[in-house]
Amino acid sequence: MPFKRFVEIGRVALVNYGEDYGKLVVIVDVIDQTRALVDAPDMERGPINFKRLSLTDIKIDIKRVPKKKDLIKAMEEADVKNKWENSSWGRKLIVRKRRAALTDFDRFKIMLAKRAAVVRQELAQLRRTAA
Amino acid sequence: MVGYKFHQYQIVGRALPTEKDEHPKIYRMKLWATNEVRAKSKYWYFMRKIKKVKKSNGQVLAINEIFEKNPTKIKNFGIWLRYQSRTGYHNMYKEYRDTTLNGAVETMYNEMASRHRVRFPCIQIIKTATIPANLCKRESTKQFHNSKIKFPLVFKKIRPPTRSLKTTYKANKPNLFM
Repeated sequence: MPFKRFVEIGRVALVNYGEDYGKLVVIVDVIDQTRALVDAPDMERGPINFKRLSLTDIKIDIKRVPKKKDLIKAMEEADVKNKWENSSWGRKLIVRKRRAALTDFDRFKIMLAKRAAVVRQELAQLRRTAA
Repeated sequence: MVGYKFHQYQIVGRALPTEKDEHPKIYRMKLWATNEVRAKSKYWYFMRKIKKVKKSNGQVLAINEIFEKNPTKIKNFGIWLRYQSRTGYHNMYKEYRDTTLNGAVETMYNEMASRHRVRFPCIQIIKTATIPANLCKRESTKQFHNSKIKFPLVFKKIRPPTRSLKTTYKANKPNLFM
């Protein structure tokens, strides 16, 4: 299987361990075999180990180590946020976050909605067989 | 990387003034040590070897920590060192690619310990310098001097996001493809 996701300048990655867990960052330069210089609009540029990154499919067009302004502009042009939130990986993470933030009342509402949905499906089935 | 083990200090000192020498020469040294106390001690160690002055007849005039000027810029560091092996003293030149000099020095001490079994007290740093890319000597640093660098990560290590979620047994085999 050839590789599809490469470590390269402009690759968007998700941090999967450590303080910046869950953030989307852009690989801005490669330090050595184990570390990359990484930047995001809401954090300071800094080194991070590749073991803490999960590469995504998204890549933006930047030069080596761009200024923060240029990075933000390139991210807007490539529309990273929307691409991420519409990708299946991104959607799953959003759903997971939403589920983790549910209160007991929300869970109650979901239980009622699920019950009502089941009833509606059964009713639709009966109508289809009757008609 | 937060919290470097080795800090860089600048220490300025001289011998105490005597009747023979009212204004002794002032010497400045840049050192790596884990804290200021050790830095001063190391300063006198070197001063004893180079000049006829000891801590008892000398004084430290200033000790300042030197911080990295551009910790977000990747640099190639060359470190010249003198180390004591089991059979004698040797000189060495090592190159490191890092964002800060303290990080490179820490990597150097770790590498010397692992590759040559040389511990901290047996290493003397002669000189450190930031090397421009065209003067680097080692292939392992030169291979990263590529503005269009691109390589795949071959093996995805599956890790729980915090150590508290660690378990010995998992229900399924993980997918290791990146």
